Amino acid sequence: MLDIRNIVKQYADHRALDDVSMFIPKGKIFGLLGPNGAGKTSLIRIINQITAPDSGSIFFDGEPLSPKHVERIGYLPEERGLYKKMQIGEQMIYLAQLKGLSKEESKQRLKYWFERLQIESWWDKKVEDLSKGMQQKVQFVATVLHEPDLIILDEPFSGFDPVNAQIIQEEILALNKKGATIIYSTHRMESVEALCDNIALIHKSRKILDGSVRDIKEAYRNQTYTISYDPLQAGDPIPQQEELYEIIKHEQGVEQNLTIRIQEGKSLNDVLLFLIPQVQVHQIFEIIPSMHDIFIDKVTLNN
Amino acid sequence: MNKIILIIQREYLSRVKKKSFLLTTFLVPLFFIGLYVGVFFLTKKSFEDSNALVYVLDKTDSVQQLLTNNKNITYAKSNQELQEQLKTIKEAGDKTNLLIIPEDFYTAKKIEFLSAGKPNINTQNEIEKQLEKILLNYEYGQLGIDGEQIKNIDPKVIVSAKEITDAGETKDSDTRIAMGIAMALSVLIYLSLFLYGAQVMRGIIEEKSNRIVEVIISSVKPFQLMMGKIIGIGLVGITQFILWIVLTFSLISIATTTLIDKEELKNQMVEQQQAQAGDLASDASFAMDIQSALNGVDIPELLICFFLFFLAGYMLYSAMFAAVGSAVDNETEANQFTMPITTPLLLAYVLSFGVLVNDPHGTIATWLSFIPFTSPIAMLVRIPFGVPTWQIILSFVVLVATFIVTTWAAARIYRVGILMYGKKASFKELIKWFNYKS
Repeated sequence: MLDIRNIVKQYADHRALDDVSMFIPKGKIFGLLGPNGAGKTSLIRIINQITAPDSGSIFFDGEPLSPKHVERIGYLPEERGLYKKMQIGEQMIYLAQLKGLSKEESKQRLKYWFERLQIESWWDKKVEDLSKGMQQKVQFVATVLHEPDLIILDEPFSGFDPVNAQIIQEEILALNKKGATIIYSTHRMESVEALCDNIALIHKSRKILDGSVRDIKEAYRNQTYTISYDPLQAGDPIPQQEELYEIIKHEQGVEQNLTIRIQEGKSLNDVLLFLIPQVQVHQIFEIIPSMHDIFIDKVTLNN
Repeated sequence: MNKIILIIQREYLSRVKKKSFLLTTFLVPLFFIGLYVGVFFLTKKSFEDSNALVYVLDKTDSVQQLLTNNKNITYAKSNQELQEQLKTIKEAGDKTNLLIIPEDFYTAKKIEFLSAGKPNINTQNEIEKQLEKILLNYEYGQLGIDGEQIKNIDPKVIVSAKEITDAGETKDSDTRIAMGIAMALSVLIYLSLFLYGAQVMRGIIEEKSNRIVEVIISSVKPFQLMMGKIIGIGLVGITQFILWIVLTFSLISIATTTLIDKEELKNQMVEQQQAQAGDLASDASFAMDIQSALNGVDIPELLICFFLFFLAGYMLYSAMFAAVGSAVDNETEANQFTMPITTPLLLAYVLSFGVLVNDPHGTIATWLSFIPFTSPIAMLVRIPFGVPTWQIILSFVVLVATFIVTTWAAARIYRVGILMYGKKASFKELIKWFNYKS
């Protein structure tokens, strides 16, 4: 869908993007991650052709990005905003028309969306009469009304209560199912695993990690497991075997919880063979690093 | 191109549909009409009210027969005793009065005027005038001069100012009228440039602080948004002017035909003038002067020039206001930039009441009418005094060229400024933005 190659953007005293390249596959949800001030918004503005890069190029569906693509992109900026004194319906139609939709068409689609989100009664209201969360909902509709092929959402959930965040998340997934490619920019990692197929991590103007969520997590697996067990006899010591595993954590709950990292060259089976004669094993699960951990790990490493 | 029309449409309609727009559009002409009707009614009223009956107690026995009746005053000889007479007057009410002319009237020049209520000032004035005339004739008689002969001597000089036109003909011209029109134009163009320029700035600040600007410029180019706004608001200004002109003229003609009986008023005025003999004649001829002087000013030319210079001046200033609006986060912050921008305008405005109207073809006035930042005011102030066409055209061309350059420069600052939040801009910063690669 989008092929970003070697983008450089220099502002007067700092470099916002330094040789950033990434590929955003069609029909996927792509997480654009990074701490505040990393350069996410700069990149998004370049994709939206709000600003131009100093060097580098972007290809949209194989063609060099040009103003004609504007109508195929929907953009929800992080800083939300609508005309406060304008009626909602009128305003939505205006924004859709700017994206190349006819007046009639936008009216029809708007009716559909307002019914779907059960906000029909808002049509004649002014934006200033709505709560912040309601405005966000309206703005989300404005972003997707022209059925763009590429939807760019910058922190789409900020300002939503959990119920509405859930509704919007479902809408995003539904749009993706219908074929829209979505760029989801955030610095909140919890939602990334639920939503994203692929991610790129930007830090200090550079891309420091990208790939599919599964591959990245796979790459970050490090043979860490938590084993819940009961000792065969009360008071038995914690089983130890330095050549086999290293103990990271031990917790005494209803049962014993032992977190271990298996030494290189050994497998979980080896550990089990060692443990089973000594303890009653109840459950074993692998500790896979969350995107959150990877994010923090990567960012602090690069500081 | 289609999108800029959408933007113009929104900017225009959202303003025209506002209550405040409708209010000012209708209130301003109504204010003028109110003034006009008010003055007419008051004038009319003052004529009607003076329909008075005046009893005369003439102790000289010679003055009474010299007083003349007219529509406003009827004189009657007082036949009763003073006390009785006063009683009848009190009973008769407001419009009955008693004039007591003492025996030594010709030397003391004093009379007494008694009324039931508050005496009417017009009646008093008229009696005073008649008596003064009687006294004057009496004094002439004493000196052995024929009063009628004196009357025929009229020392009034009429200065018929004519202007030599290019064709070598003469044309009526009256500097007083030109001055009036010039000053009115100066006020009008100054206020409207300021008003609509500031609206452009406010609109941009609103979009920026609302953050909607980022949504819009992901659909259109910043230049389209800026131009759409400038043109939209300019059209609002033109709409307002046209509505004002149309409404004022139509309301005045309606008011004149329905509210005021013109014939009657005219008759009254004529009578009034006759009654006061030569005194008002000069005023009447002054009114005629105004008429002919207005004919001397080329109204269509003036209107066309007004619209052209307003438009070009507006484009110039609104582009600068737009650049300022994009650079700041709120209106208070904008002041440091608007001050230097509007100084030339203010200068031309202030000068228009002195140097420009007093010496409309002098060096200062001519230069100011060519410098684009002052020409919208300075040239319009000069036009009622007659300016060669080539000067008007040259000044306009310079103005248009300047606004094209200014708009281009403003757009370069604008495209960067609208995305800069929370950054305190300085002039140095603006220059940096201007130099950014697009």
